[in-house]
Amino acid sequence: MTSTTYDPAAPETDLRRRGLRLGDVLFKGVSVVAAAAATALLGLIAWKVLALAWPAIQDFGLSFVWTDAWDPVAGVYGGLIFVYGTVVTSLIALVIAAPLSIAIALFLTEIAPRRVAAPIATMVELLAAIPSVVLGLWGILVFGPWIRDHLEPWIQATPLGLLPVFSGTPSQAGILPAALVLTIMIIPITSAICRELFIRVPRDLTDGALALGSTRWESIRSVVLTYAAPGIAAAVLLGLGRAFGEAIAVNQTIGNHNVIPTSWFEPGDSLGSKIAAEYVGATSLEQASSILYLAAILMVISLATNVVAQLVVVRFERARRAV
Amino acid sequence: MSSVPTQVDPYDITIRSNGLRRRRVTEKAFGVVAFLSALFACAILLTVLGTLVYKGFSELSLGFFTKPRALFGEQGGIADALVGSAVIVGMAMLMAIPVAVLVAIYMSEYAGPKISRALRIVLDVLNGVPAIVVGIFVFGVLVVGHGQSAVFGAFALAILALPMVARATQEILDVVPQSLRHASLALGVTKWRTTWNVILPAAIGGILTGVVIAVARVAGETAPLLFTSSIAANEVSADVHHALATLPVLIFASSESPDPHEQATAWAAALVLIVFVLVMNVLAKLFAGRKRRQLEGL
Repeated sequence: MTSTTYDPAAPETDLRRRGLRLGDVLFKGVSVVAAAAATALLGLIAWKVLALAWPAIQDFGLSFVWTDAWDPVAGVYGGLIFVYGTVVTSLIALVIAAPLSIAIALFLTEIAPRRVAAPIATMVELLAAIPSVVLGLWGILVFGPWIRDHLEPWIQATPLGLLPVFSGTPSQAGILPAALVLTIMIIPITSAICRELFIRVPRDLTDGALALGSTRWESIRSVVLTYAAPGIAAAVLLGLGRAFGEAIAVNQTIGNHNVIPTSWFEPGDSLGSKIAAEYVGATSLEQASSILYLAAILMVISLATNVVAQLVVVRFERARRAV
Repeated sequence: MSSVPTQVDPYDITIRSNGLRRRRVTEKAFGVVAFLSALFACAILLTVLGTLVYKGFSELSLGFFTKPRALFGEQGGIADALVGSAVIVGMAMLMAIPVAVLVAIYMSEYAGPKISRALRIVLDVLNGVPAIVVGIFVFGVLVVGHGQSAVFGAFALAILALPMVARATQEILDVVPQSLRHASLALGVTKWRTTWNVILPAAIGGILTGVVIAVARVAGETAPLLFTSSIAANEVSADVHHALATLPVLIFASSESPDPHEQATAWAAALVLIVFVLVMNVLAKLFAGRKRRQLEGL
């Protein structure tokens, strides 16, 4: 508060005459520092993880990324097993989750009356709130056995069973169970973003389509989905980034086996999962060097996915502002 | 704004009425598929919750909450993990909230639109850094050379909470009406006083929502704690210079055990964790509702 009496001798008054207030300067300074620190933190994480992995990168070279081996006894290390596990589980999850998420978002915004949509939206939000370790616990002890006893035999009975990826003995832990748990994890994320997008589609555009005689589905396909397409792409990428980075639930359900399995029913391993599995042994950097290399690969993949998603969002918003 | 899809001639009724039955079938099918998808998501939530109650509830007792983990075979509890989780999450939020709120204030009160947008992207990308990578980062920066400790675990969780709280705060600060700022400044109140005494109180509901959601999320995070606070003694302790047991790490470790007794502990601990998470989410909804009503009343 400003003082009511004017005292020319008071030092703060001089500052005030120059348009400066000590409180303002301090407050702005502190908040600038905080913002700079948050930005620096992101750079620091990227730099530090790369620096930690640097000895391993020099040792193994870039070929580590596509070397299919992990044999601590022979001292042969490669990342391909884990890159394969990460990419394949995440892509399976994405292929299943993307259409489901879009359908859920459409149901909540375009079809369901408000009274029905609100509780369902809350439940989808709560699905996102389940900690990954709890979902993984359920995945390995309940969902996994169900997949082994029912889902995988069923897939093998269909023509799909002829594919090599659906061959072999059903198992409760493997690529497919991990991918399905990831699916459950990314559905609420992508569907929440899609819902936001669909809500913001201008009403007069859909109304116009309906007035021209479109059915609801036709108006959604030609207006809502077209209008929101770049946003949907970003939502899907964000879900993919989350799937890439998930370590715990995948570790619990993928079976932790250092091979590239021919069948998706069989156990494999992923980047995050392998890193998480090594925590007990991780006491020195030397011991952890190949693990740190895996962490660097994981960070690069997920940062790239996220940055691309953000760029899509930025371009989408710029285009919309221009309209 | 009116954009007529160009491939459709609005006066050509014949095109539109051709295959009317097929269009109706598509329309119905779409409705059914969308409904089933939503039902599927709800069913999974209820299945997981149901399993947790079914498998975990019988294990709960007073001793479960008051006794630490047992060494061999005896009936143990999760008291050490409860205390550890509370201490670590509490410290993490103490570290994250001030920085996050300041970042948000800078974004909405000081920075221009360009810098603000850039910071938003930085926060979103930071939010997308995998939790396990954050764990490795803190491991490499702090744990190597010092050993595991609850403080380092809290620091790792704080990194995860920072972008969540900052984005939630910034979003609510942006919807605080400009008239409030103008009124306060016109009365001769300094800018920082305006922010501190007028803007922040008006936005407190939204900030609390963000904080509560962040607490619920980091309380369930396992990955950052594995490398920072996982190898702990089997006793109730709040000594932040040593590794403390936490609920997520306890669940993680016992979920991979073949021992049915350990699995039962995992289920019960998971039930406790999920109840906490759900309660926090309901709280967040209440705060969010209050905030909206307040801001609408202005």
